Parts: sequence; C-alpha cells; structure tokens
Amino acid sequence: MDIPYTVAIRPDTGLYNAKAGIWLFLASEVMLFGALFSAYILLRVGAQDDFWPHGWLNIPLGTLNTLVLITSSITTVLAWASCKMGQFGRFKVFHACTLILAATFVGIKSYEYHDKFTHYEITLNDGRIADGHLLESKPDRVVIRGRFVADRKDLFDLRAPTASHKHEEITLPRADIKRMESYGPWHHTYLAIYFTLTGLHALHVIGGAIVIGFLWGPGSRLWRRDPERFTNRVEISGLFWHFVDMVWIFLFPVLYLI
Amino acid sequence: METKTATAGRALSMAPVEGVQTELQGPQATEQALMNAQAPESFARHVRGYLYVFYALIFGTLITVGASYIPFGNREVNIAVALFIAISKASLVACYFMHLISERKLIYGILGFTAFFFLGLMFLTIGSFADFPRHTVTH
Repeated sequence: MDIPYTVAIRPDTGLYNAKAGIWLFLASEVMLFGALFSAYILLRVGAQDDFWPHGWLNIPLGTLNTLVLITSSITTVLAWASCKMGQFGRFKVFHACTLILAATFVGIKSYEYHDKFTHYEITLNDGRIADGHLLESKPDRVVIRGRFVADRKDLFDLRAPTASHKHEEITLPRADIKRMESYGPWHHTYLAIYFTLTGLHALHVIGGAIVIGFLWGPGSRLWRRDPERFTNRVEISGLFWHFVDMVWIFLFPVLYLI
Repeated sequence: METKTATAGRALSMAPVEGVQTELQGPQATEQALMNAQAPESFARHVRGYLYVFYALIFGTLITVGASYIPFGNREVNIAVALFIAISKASLVACYFMHLISERKLIYGILGFTAFFFLGLMFLTIGSFADFPRHTVTH
C-alpha cells in the first residue's frame, strides 16, 4: 500500500503530508529554543551589574561560522531548485557543499569549545587572580598564557576600551593556588546558557547533516524511481536546515556581540 | 491515491504535467495549476532571487558585527540594533528560502499560534521581573 499524499496535495490542507508535518515540528522547535532564549533573558536581566560577560567569545570565528551557515543555506535551496529543474548532477554538487559547510561549522564550534575548556581562572592564596589558557599542568606547577587581575570584575568586559589584552607566560606553583576552574558551563551562568544553546544547536546541525547526507548518498536512489517524491524530501530537509540557520542568526549576536 | 508522473532528468512541476492528480477544487486547484505551470526561466528567476537574499544575509552579518563596535551611548541601543538586524535577516530566510512569502493558509495558521505562544513565553519571563515586591531587588 502506498503512503498517501507524499507527492499529491491533500485537499483539506492544500499541502503534501510531509510539509504539514515539518511545519508542525518546526513550531515545536521554536518553542524549544524559545524556552532557552527566555532562560537567557532571565539570567541576563537577573545578573549583577558588571558581572555579565562581554567579549568572552571569539568574534571573528563566530562571524566566520555565521557566514558558513548562511552559505550552507543557499547551497541547500539551490540543491532543491536543481531537483525542481531536473538537474540531478547539480543537486549532488550543491548538497556536497552543504555537507562540507556543515562539517566546517561543527569543526569551528569544536575548536571554540576546546578553547573554553582550556581557559582557566585561577585564584591564588594572596588574593590575586590569574586568567589564561593552560599550557602545562604538572604536579608541582601550572603554566598558563594569560594575565593577572586585581579585581575579578576586570575579567568580565573584554571589549571595554580599558580592557588589557597583554598576555604572557605565567608559571604558578601549585602550593600558591587556592582555586582553579576552567571556563566550562559550571563557571558562570552565561557559559551554562552558552553551552546549552550552542550545544543543542550543534546537535541540530549534526542531525540535519545526517539527513542531508542520507539524501545525498543512499537516499538519492529514489530520484530514479520517483523524482517528485525525492524533491519533496529535499525540500523538507531544506526547511529544517533553514530553521537551524535562522536560530544561529539570533544566537550569534546574542551570545557573541551584545 | 496519487499518481507518480515525473521521470529522472526532467524538470519537475514546471510545465503542466499530464496525469498529476492534485484532488483540489476551485481557487486552490487554480493556484496549484499555476505553481505547476512555472517555466524553467521562472525558476532561473527564483535562483537569482535566492542569490540576492544570500548577498543581503552576508551584508547583514557584516553590518551586525560592525554595529557592535559602534558606541551608541548605552548598551540597550546596541542590543536593539543587533536584534533588529537579526530579525530582518531571519525574515529574509523565512520568506524566501523557506518560501513563507507564498505559502498555504494552514502553515500561516500554525505559525500564528506559534508566534502567540512564543511571545507569551517571552513576556511572561520579562513580566516576572515586575512581580517582585517593592524594594526587594537590590540590583
């Protein structure tokens, strides 16, 4: 028995079934990300003055990732348009680009995560704070590339005109260290919501890339049997991909810039 | 029961395809027939449109980054500018890449409900700050 309305339009909705389905799914996704965005607002508005981070993330890398995702959106829509025009070869090329761009995005994001997990705030017994990236960790000492700050407040606004960006190699004897913590989700509520939002988003990128990879590879056999149905599948996966792009369009300024 | 018609290597849904059973009546059938009747040149025009949207998105991204370096006086203005550009970019993606500019009523209905609940969620969060008894918030 055939699955109904995979290509033909269902009279009561005016859509083929998968299209109505994906939009209902995307509606639930809006609420999922909406809940996390509202958590972000709550955390941000509730934070003490001068203790909400500004400039903690790498803006050039964030910009590059935004451009990567936007480019993947155009290759996705062009892949679908190629199917519509009956150009299967071009579809393959465009979706191969989408997959490469998706891998690039995840690669850059992984590098950014690694950067945060190797970044430490170290409180010394004399009250000074050393902040920087871990170079070496030995039983008797820790070596970082970073700087000393007298007041913890100085760590929060790295985009302020007065912020110091002069980093040097610092060796700290273990005996002098009172507390040492990396910039993981446990370090600050900003990082908790940053990792939650971007982690969930990255899972969506990976999930979307798996579906697109399937349609590009083994799933593309459907093109020979039923090109219209295949084209509809490409459209559905594309709608999901554009949604993922749209979420990043908000995440980028909210987490990196403002 | 649907009828499968197109074959590999042939443009899909551009010329009126004989045998496609849409099962639509009245204005919906006319609209569907018009969509099916799109010529390849029409699709080429769409592709050009997608490219313009792509350029606009790139431009919007660069503007967003540039604007974040401009001291508008207070942080709230920077936030408003960044969000305005983000909303404009997201609208372009939704309208053109996701084809919301010419979609079915059902999809608009789904999105209308979503927007209602999404805005409700945001206002509940913001409104919760008005719910503190006076003089209990210290920052």
